[in-house]
Amino acid sequence: MIKAILIFNNHGKPRLSKFYEHYSEDTEQQIIRETFHLVSKRDENVCNFLEGGMLIGGSDYKLIYRHYATLYFVFCVDSSESELGILDLIQVFVETLDKCFENVCELDLIFHVDKVHNILAEMVMGGMVLETNMNEIITQVDAQNKMEKSEVNLTLPVLFMFECMT
Amino acid sequence: MPAVSKGDGMRGLAVFISDIRNCKSKEAEIKRINKELANIRSKFKGDKALDGYSKKKYVCKLLFIFLLGHDIDFGHMEAVNLLSSNKYTEKQIGYLFISVLVNSNSDLIRLINNGIKNDLASRNPTFMNLALHCIANVGSREMAEAFASQIPNILVAGDTMDSVKQSAALCLLRLNRMSPDLVPMGEWTARVVHLLNDQHLGVVTAATSLITNLAQKSPDDFKTAVSLAVARLSRIVTSASIDLQDYTYYFVAAPWLSVKLLRLLQCYPPPEDAALRSRLTECLETILNKAQEPPKSKKVQHSNAKNAILFEAISLIILHDSEPTLLVRACNQLGQFLQHRETNLRYLALESMCTLASSEFSHEAVKTHIDTVINALKTERDVSVRQRAVDLLYAMCDRSNAKQIVAEMLSYLETADYSIREEIVLKVAILAEKYAVDYTWYVDTILNLIRIAGDYVSEEVWYRVIQIVINRDEVQGYAAKTVFEALQAPACHENLVKVGGYILGEFGNLIAGDSRSSPLVQFNLLHSKFHLCSVPTRALLLSAYIKFINLFPEVKTTIQDVLRSDSQLRNADVELQQRAVEYLRLSCIASTDILATVLEEMPPFPERESSILAKLKKKKGPGHLPDIDDARRNVNGSTEHSENAEAPKTGSNHPFTDLMSVNSPPPVANSLLVDVFSDISTPAPVDVCEENFSRFVCKNNGVIFENQLLQIGLKSEYRQNLGRMYVFFGNKTSTQFLSFSSSVASQDSLKAHILSATCVLSPQLNVHAKTVDPIIEGGAQVQQILNIECVSDFTDAPVLTIQFRYGGALQNITVKLPVMLNKFFQPTEMTSQDFFQRWKQLGAPQQEVQKIFKAKHPMDSEVTKAKILGFGVALLDGVDPNPANFVGAGVIHTKSTQVGCLLRLEPNTQAEMYRLTLRTSRDSVSQRLCDLLSDQF
Repeated sequence: MIKAILIFNNHGKPRLSKFYEHYSEDTEQQIIRETFHLVSKRDENVCNFLEGGMLIGGSDYKLIYRHYATLYFVFCVDSSESELGILDLIQVFVETLDKCFENVCELDLIFHVDKVHNILAEMVMGGMVLETNMNEIITQVDAQNKMEKSEVNLTLPVLFMFECMT
Repeated sequence: MPAVSKGDGMRGLAVFISDIRNCKSKEAEIKRINKELANIRSKFKGDKALDGYSKKKYVCKLLFIFLLGHDIDFGHMEAVNLLSSNKYTEKQIGYLFISVLVNSNSDLIRLINNGIKNDLASRNPTFMNLALHCIANVGSREMAEAFASQIPNILVAGDTMDSVKQSAALCLLRLNRMSPDLVPMGEWTARVVHLLNDQHLGVVTAATSLITNLAQKSPDDFKTAVSLAVARLSRIVTSASIDLQDYTYYFVAAPWLSVKLLRLLQCYPPPEDAALRSRLTECLETILNKAQEPPKSKKVQHSNAKNAILFEAISLIILHDSEPTLLVRACNQLGQFLQHRETNLRYLALESMCTLASSEFSHEAVKTHIDTVINALKTERDVSVRQRAVDLLYAMCDRSNAKQIVAEMLSYLETADYSIREEIVLKVAILAEKYAVDYTWYVDTILNLIRIAGDYVSEEVWYRVIQIVINRDEVQGYAAKTVFEALQAPACHENLVKVGGYILGEFGNLIAGDSRSSPLVQFNLLHSKFHLCSVPTRALLLSAYIKFINLFPEVKTTIQDVLRSDSQLRNADVELQQRAVEYLRLSCIASTDILATVLEEMPPFPERESSILAKLKKKKGPGHLPDIDDARRNVNGSTEHSENAEAPKTGSNHPFTDLMSVNSPPPVANSLLVDVFSDISTPAPVDVCEENFSRFVCKNNGVIFENQLLQIGLKSEYRQNLGRMYVFFGNKTSTQFLSFSSSVASQDSLKAHILSATCVLSPQLNVHAKTVDPIIEGGAQVQQILNIECVSDFTDAPVLTIQFRYGGALQNITVKLPVMLNKFFQPTEMTSQDFFQRWKQLGAPQQEVQKIFKAKHPMDSEVTKAKILGFGVALLDGVDPNPANFVGAGVIHTKSTQVGCLLRLEPNTQAEMYRLTLRTSRDSVSQRLCDLLSDQF
């Protein structure tokens, strides 16, 4: 099971945090800091697995991470997940983001937190891998966007549309 | 077209985020956030009803603020309201807020459940998915109660959409993890199994995860899944990569599904049906073959996906442990990976090999890779990988390679990362002991361990080396010589001083013949370390000194001078002072014979599980430690191993128990504070247990209290006005007791005492209780020592108050301690003439107390005799003219006075009555003793 999915940048600023087990808000922030501390001090070409920090279950859990340009993608998983499988899942996640945002960058994650959450929700649910087929995921996301657009067009006051265009 | 166009979305949100990003300082950011929070709050509270769009915008802002690490304490209600919107976007953001911000025990769950219920019933697949996601992400018990029975129906209904089936399967899986009791088994289970044949691979993947989880709970219900899983797997591995177009990932067919299917098969033993079995073997062979094929792509994703399947297949092969050819192939494959340029693969290969090492078919094959693994230990740049290499070396160690492995680990220890040093120390200690052919090697290894990583050598390790040296005659001389040499080093670790002190104290005589290690040289060497050591070590050294006095009479005066010095006799530390005083006295007054008896060489320790192994198990958890004690290794005649971990010193009763117990962990201030608070929280008067109290009047040892959780045993000894009581707390459960504390008070002052260690109960009695460890492991026993001093005669017994947490509940137990006045008796022998003379002297009416009472037990004169002796007085024969009567005499020692005491017990067998007469110089003493003793017959 996946216990948490964290994305933070090279300076440890969180860009996405999703916990599939309940922690207090303070603990969540501590876990993010601890995880950043563990992951960021590692060299570039060491392995992508390490034992979890104390807060998130210690040696019974593994942190599986990938580092892309300015962002770290970290999955905290228990022993029931395949390490390489999760590593590929991270890759699918990033490729999906890249398709949805067209050359995704850190700013996209900042300004569209809700979208990132929605994309993630198509892949992982309650800590379990839901879908790994990128086409399927993108089809779902597209369908959502269409629905969203149709609703926006129906409800937005004219004035606001104006504002958007200028 | 990109799925998310960057122009749309919420402008207010974008502005806010830009503002935050432009903040120059943390203060500015907080200020901006507070401003926004105030704004949103006022909008939510305002009179004007917000439209869905604004609600969505504000909820998004709150999400963003939350991500930055700020608490969000409002907005929940607005999010819940969004659930009932019939617009997708609003509903979606409502669910998002809830799954990120609402915890499972919120009061809002009922309202949320209502929203979920409507969406599940909506038959709109998008809404149903949102609802199922929410249940899975929050996963609270209340949600499970509401929906656990409904979801199986959604899952197996014929008309459910594929995407909903996927979500329903995982949702059920999540509920089964959180509240397995609420997920009903039933006719749907058979239909779930058939989802393995579904057209849609996403559904199959989700169903496989679900079945794997459910099969762990009730394997029999899902047995039929095995054949379906094998069939499915076989179709995937033999398919051409284009057959499963969408699920082909970098030229690998359905890697995730293959991994999940292999995991599912790991829940079951190898299939019994021969055809099925050979089909599975074929699959596994195909997977192994594919590893040898040239890669279809240079991308790392391709090899990752391929190897994910391969590692899972190898795990299955190792777990089934039934096909020797497959096992050997697996081992060879892992051997290749050990030298792969991908760090990830080296890491995983080391990890898998650890489990492979415990298989009897492949243990030898694993051993052939020893040089590669040792090399990994030396050259890997990544501590995660080095850690795995240490684990593997530990797992592959046996008698044939132990020396090499231990030597390599020792040399690695010098540069090892601090985080894994303690574990390596434990592992080296265990291997050295387990595979020691000659114990000189063992002693050398442990001393090296202390030299290289003294700070990481825990008590268990050095206790163990002493236990072993004491139990094996052949190594004692060598050990003494070696520690003597090691101690010559100008700076040596305190743990070495401890081992050295103990071993020279016991066996220093074995090397005293050599003038370079004559008794005086040995003593001076030890004493030169004394002042640099902590209190527990000094205490140990003092014990070593007194042992020297026995071993080497020629250094007696030197040592006595040391003991006599002010820094010892008046040491601020009670324990040190007491030892110095007692040892000095002992050396002055005792004859050589007595000294030799008291300070005899330690008896062998009872054989038991190595306490180090227990510690390593505790540290790693049972799953992580490759069990090197399995049947295969026992052929080598390895050491004892029993299930109940925890060996320590509490049980042994030899005079030197004390030596170890000084090293008990320092008092934990926390537990004292806990006491204070919990005392306030339990105002109800606590029942004092005195059930067994009277049984201890005439004896000193036994069980004073027992319930389902805890057993309290006592062992006590008294000398004159002093006493020492060993209280043993036995945890009868398999769970830890936390925040354990135990303190002594007088019966009526239960509230006042707790912060002072020495508790002045009453002016008459002092009890000093040593602190106990705040944690008692399941099945373990800990010991508390009470030092008791009787100041003057007393009536009320002290009370022991015990508190601990068991499974979250605070337990309070109070037990009346059997410390009675008669414990301070010294028996006095006297002649008939003396007796009567004194009897007459004590003739004043208030000095005599008499009681006539009915016998409660059969009147057996032998039993009666034993009880009177146990009471503490001397039994005087031939004093009373009537031989059926009993006469006794003794002196009660208190700090202030001594009270002489005479007693006479006259049984009347016909009437089944006794008459007890006591005469002492104090009326209160007579009364108290009479009450105590008359209760016993």
